[in-house]
Amino acid sequence: MSDDVWILGIHMTNFGKHADKDLVDLASEAALGALADGGVTIQDMGVLAAGNLMQASSGVGQQLQKQIGQTGIPVYNVANACATGATALRTAMMAVKAGECDMGLAVGVEKLSGAGLLTGGNRRPDSPTWEPHGRYGAVAALDGRVGTEIMPGVFAQVGMEYGHRYGGTSFELFARISEKNHAHSTLNPKAAYQKRFTLEEIMGDIMIAYPNTRPMCSANCDGAAAAVVVSDAALQKLSLEQRRRALKVSASVLTSDPYTEGCQVLPDVNTLTRNAATTAYEQAGVGPEDLDLVELHDCFATAELVHYDNLGLCEPGGAVDLFESGATWRDGARPVNVSGGLQSKGHPIAATGIANIWEVATHLRDEAGERQIEGAKVGLAHVIGLGSACGVHILEKAAV
Amino acid sequence: MPDQIPLVDYLVLGDDPHLVANECTACGARFFDRRNACASCGGADFAKVDIDTTGEVRAFTIVSFAAPGVPVPFVAALVDCGGTSVRANLVNVEPDDAHVTLGMPVRLTTSVMGTDEAGTEAVTFGFEPVPVSAGAPA
Repeated sequence: MSDDVWILGIHMTNFGKHADKDLVDLASEAALGALADGGVTIQDMGVLAAGNLMQASSGVGQQLQKQIGQTGIPVYNVANACATGATALRTAMMAVKAGECDMGLAVGVEKLSGAGLLTGGNRRPDSPTWEPHGRYGAVAALDGRVGTEIMPGVFAQVGMEYGHRYGGTSFELFARISEKNHAHSTLNPKAAYQKRFTLEEIMGDIMIAYPNTRPMCSANCDGAAAAVVVSDAALQKLSLEQRRRALKVSASVLTSDPYTEGCQVLPDVNTLTRNAATTAYEQAGVGPEDLDLVELHDCFATAELVHYDNLGLCEPGGAVDLFESGATWRDGARPVNVSGGLQSKGHPIAATGIANIWEVATHLRDEAGERQIEGAKVGLAHVIGLGSACGVHILEKAAV
Repeated sequence: MPDQIPLVDYLVLGDDPHLVANECTACGARFFDRRNACASCGGADFAKVDIDTTGEVRAFTIVSFAAPGVPVPFVAALVDCGGTSVRANLVNVEPDDAHVTLGMPVRLTTSVMGTDEAGTEAVTFGFEPVPVSAGAPA
């Protein structure tokens, strides 16, 4: 017996348009799926953490209970930008680790189809007379006047800054990262897009914020994912089949962005990811070279590149070379985003931080079908929410 | 000349327009917004410091798709002004990757953004390429 926490059951819905399902339908499908996958019921759960961002004040956890079981357990409604799902999962795990309960359920759900630009999408009109407001004493809206607030533009600059520092980047390089992820999703029946795009199609599509064209941006879609977590002690009392399919959570880390020069001008998504990865590798006792697959937060093609470096998949400054080597393709030495990633599988915000763990878990269980990474034993899942929050989880196959 | 007001309070108008930051007197961290305390060290004392009016482009994006009412395309950039990062638009340059490049030297410039009902002009800022002849010696 140890103080390890395990994932006993996990499920993700198809990502895409679910016009006929509301938030609670999707959350229920994921939650009931995870419970069934783990061979347990809502009656076994001692805590519920429910992640949702766009309707964060609606109490989605209690709404979910009203449909699948009002058992009176504590509910934590969680919102933490794009790291919401990972934060919900950690909330359930912390309750188990603290000994408050043996099993917990974490759910992340979002309805995002057709949402368009999520920030900077509504600029307030100029007022009839100039009056300073806010922390910058601004007399008018700043988006578009003092740089950009839209996510494709912010993350474009993140990738461009890496290129300025180390060289080797180009519009085409970033587009080829997107080409990889769209190629990967053709093997993922749950992905929002399952269509291969040629490099010419990607580069020739609508430009959103150079160098990110539309297919290089994460796909707004609907979806949910859920996981049941269990203490080591409780797992040992379960069946051999349950123990065989359980995944050890060898690291679970959440960080926020520490102060660095310029971080309040352009968000620094690097330092908190590096910090999370370093701590996760220490917790798990593994290194980047041990990872059979990585699901990282490719909210834009420009973001994937910098996270190769931040997660230590290459030497500092070596992200372009790593990609050029082909290592991050599905048949490469360090497959990244074999699910299709956020660009192609889709990014229903709060679901993402559990869905990426579902992807890793499915490979470790040897249940990934056509896209299976053969013999996968260790995998890493990373999310980042701007503002910022970073979640890193490392999962290992059970030894049973 | 009509009355003028800067778009943001950290833009100082006059003969030599420039940006000012709140610098933490304890650790030197610089911020452009109104402060409660220092995000780097927790200090509560700040002094106003002038920011260099020239710098180099450390990152940029050319925004082609934005909210209704935001004219596109425009170039948004992160400019390194003598070690202080500044967010701004790049202006007086063609918004394409043949004309905007990483590392290009730029300088602060201001322009009238509009006039309100009281006749006051709002003045905005941006950075423009430094002409080769006017640049620092190579």
